[in-house]
Amino acid sequence: MPQAMRDIKRRIRSVSSTKQITKAMELVSSAKLRKAREKLERTRPYFNTVVRSIQQILSSTEGIRHPLLEKREIKKTAYIVVTGDRGLAGGYNSNVIKLVENEVDGNKENTVIIAVGLKARDYFARRGYEIGGEFLHISESPEYSDAAKIGKLVVELYKEKKVDEVKLLYTHFKSAISFNPEVLRLLPAEEIKNNNDVKRNTLIEYEPSPEEVLGYLIPKYVQSAIYGGLIEASASEQGARRNAMQSATDNAEEMIEGLKLKYNRARQASITQELSEIVAGADALK
Amino acid sequence: MSTFTLEIVTPDRKFFEDEVEMIIVRGTEGDLGIYKNHSPLVTSLAIGRIKIKQNGKFVEAAIAGGYIEVDREKSTIVTDSAEWPEEIDVERAKEAKKRAEERLKHKSKSEVDLIRAEVALRKAVNRLDVVDRYRK
Repeated sequence: MPQAMRDIKRRIRSVSSTKQITKAMELVSSAKLRKAREKLERTRPYFNTVVRSIQQILSSTEGIRHPLLEKREIKKTAYIVVTGDRGLAGGYNSNVIKLVENEVDGNKENTVIIAVGLKARDYFARRGYEIGGEFLHISESPEYSDAAKIGKLVVELYKEKKVDEVKLLYTHFKSAISFNPEVLRLLPAEEIKNNNDVKRNTLIEYEPSPEEVLGYLIPKYVQSAIYGGLIEASASEQGARRNAMQSATDNAEEMIEGLKLKYNRARQASITQELSEIVAGADALK
Repeated sequence: MSTFTLEIVTPDRKFFEDEVEMIIVRGTEGDLGIYKNHSPLVTSLAIGRIKIKQNGKFVEAAIAGGYIEVDREKSTIVTDSAEWPEEIDVERAKEAKKRAEERLKHKSKSEVDLIRAEVALRKAVNRLDVVDRYRK
């Protein structure tokens, strides 16, 4: 029995040190989550304004031609995949990756991955996907300049006709406990204007020329959408990690409780046994 | 005087949203004055200042490019950065100006670098300019 007791004690110790770690990680990510959410709150108005205004402008561009607006036959697709640099965030990374796999649907040859975050890079590089670009160590606190770089890269790829479609896959932050991986098609920009229900009939003037203005606006839209996606994803990552760590801490607590019960039972059993041995020994002496 | 809504957004905050009487912005094709009921217009903006008239008084801010969407009742400016004169870090702007000037002197660089340095220089000069006018 003392052997069993020692074993249980050792397990309790190991589980509680794990619990300490998960608890600390939970605290860290809830602090980071708070920060990321503040950033999200500040960014959303910009994102919404840009999307609304560009939709409005594009909805009245009948007859204006621009290479970034034109649809062409889709042979190759670029996916911008936004994941974290680190794991231990529950299903956060794998959910995005699963969504990518769904989208790709086995068509590996015609896929270019633009990886944001170590997890996406490692996963797709290991499986032999073509990596069009990698942006590491920015997922935790993305800056606008990061989004601008990614945006420029994909616009360039699209203009050079290396890809015929650009999609952004990120995790949308709904609330602190619910996140959804989502797909957003960035290029061709044709789709943005189809989403618009308010068709305007007024004629808009463009200065210096519609082509030039659109040439500025569409990359801007792409960059802003990517920035929005990065910010949403960073908040989601912290949220997912906090939830994962919270449940890990809860599980550890439950386990410790169970082990303590077992330990006490073993302790009592050994005392009882010792007593009965003593009594038996005393009886034998009589 | 009749007013319209002006909204200025940057990636990290909503810089301005209020009723204004008139604004003057620096477009890539020159300065533009906008009152209420201006016909719908979209144009890109140069690095420069924006003047906002509210209650008969003008205030100024520094803007680093972007675009403006003008409608009859509302104008929206989307820009990478916007600052009030009191927010501008003069020392930083001066340093940025010096750095950019030095970079422009070394002509061996690629064209992209030169353009980048030129943009940085213009931004710095614009900031200093806005601060100067504000202090006067």
